[in-house]
Amino acid sequence: MKKLLFLALLAGCATPDLRGTGDLGVVIERAAGRVMLVETTRRTAIGRVAGLGDLSHASIVFSRDARYAYVFGRDGGLTKVDILAARIEKRLIQSGNAIGGAISQDGRLVVAANYTPGGIRIFDAGTLEFLSEVPTGSKVVGIADAPGNRFVFSLFDAGEIWIVDASIPHSPQVVKIKDIGKQPYDGFVTPDGRHYIAGLYGEDGLALVDLWHPERGARRVLAGYGRGEEPLPVFKMPHLRGWAAAGRYLFLPAIGRHEVLVLDRVDWSEAARIPVRGQPVFAVAQPGGRRVWVNFALPHNDAVQVIDVDAMKVVKDLRPGRAVLHLEFTPRGEQVWVSSRDDNAVAVYDTASYAELARLPAENPSGIFLTSRAAMTGF
Amino acid sequence: MRRLAGSLALLASAATAAADPVPARRAELVELVRQDCGSCHGLTLKGGLGPSLEPAAMADKDAGQLEFVILHGRRGTPMPPWRGFLTEDEARWIVEALKQGLPK
Repeated sequence: MKKLLFLALLAGCATPDLRGTGDLGVVIERAAGRVMLVETTRRTAIGRVAGLGDLSHASIVFSRDARYAYVFGRDGGLTKVDILAARIEKRLIQSGNAIGGAISQDGRLVVAANYTPGGIRIFDAGTLEFLSEVPTGSKVVGIADAPGNRFVFSLFDAGEIWIVDASIPHSPQVVKIKDIGKQPYDGFVTPDGRHYIAGLYGEDGLALVDLWHPERGARRVLAGYGRGEEPLPVFKMPHLRGWAAAGRYLFLPAIGRHEVLVLDRVDWSEAARIPVRGQPVFAVAQPGGRRVWVNFALPHNDAVQVIDVDAMKVVKDLRPGRAVLHLEFTPRGEQVWVSSRDDNAVAVYDTASYAELARLPAENPSGIFLTSRAAMTGF
Repeated sequence: MRRLAGSLALLASAATAAADPVPARRAELVELVRQDCGSCHGLTLKGGLGPSLEPAAMADKDAGQLEFVILHGRRGTPMPPWRGFLTEDEARWIVEALKQGLPK
């Protein structure tokens, strides 16, 4: 009898809408301290979760089952959001001032990167229990996960790259690489998880670390790309995460130049530089690598340009709205979602025809994060 | 008559504060500071890659110097020159607003 009752209850709870998360995503509504949950199949908003604090420069990583989104807020907030239930599972303020975070290869650890106090803090991904920390005494930028439950990041003030092996979460092991260049502002791990590249603000070039051989230190790539010319002002820092790896090439925003730099991954030489409309912020490869989409800093932040990788030139100029902050492709690349902060909208484009498929109202949207990131190294 | 009253009010405000931006422009400036300055200084201006712009952090800083940094940037740091977007009066107004706490 008891068993029967239990089964009836179970049936009662479980019936309505079982579903996967593969076509879901999360959009930051940054001024509202809220996220919008979206579905890319029907291109609709399916819910909202509020109470997430200061979401300027917020970023998200996903649990390995792609059910939970970990939202890192500027105010040090770390929130675990249940995407299916559209609710906060757990939330804590883990520091005074944060910049982002990452999740470990095995999915057991979530790590927050902090400006104040500078360093990283390691949490249990299930419970958000604090496990350990690595203080740096410098602002942490460009954190990314790497194979071996490692986390790699750069130190803006100190000009270093640190590799933290968190295999034993309570006692993380640190490898420090010094003299990597002036003022690294962001960094990313290549899709294969082998290389970490940090962009430098204080000089023309990028720092490259082979994660198979951290003992070899960092080497400078694309050094002197500015050719000694006076840099143009940069009204928004470029972002390197959300890399643009298309075949053997990496597409990277130049600093202080209205160009996208193309780095050849075979010999790390400059393959091309492509003139674009303004200071690039994100350069993101469409899955498949045929095209790279670029957005820009003020005053060109109403534009998105599309680079054809074969031709190495801009082939399309779009105007998705005012203050385009981010773009994200569906996993197979047939759609791209673009946030327009000042038009309070997320526009969805067909990547083959460039036709606008949908426009979703959202309050000052910034980052767009689709659950396919759960399965990608460096995201 | 209404227009006259409006003009008088405008004159009166012009007399008190030499060249404060008009209210519509002020709203734009507040938005610019929150959103665009906020991408480095934080939406709540508590700081990020750039330092805090909260009143406490601004209190002991010279207004003229702050105005100069806004318009001309700061060498050796990512702070860019905003003179292409702002007039001197607007930069001065922003400094005053930050020192008092930026309006909501």
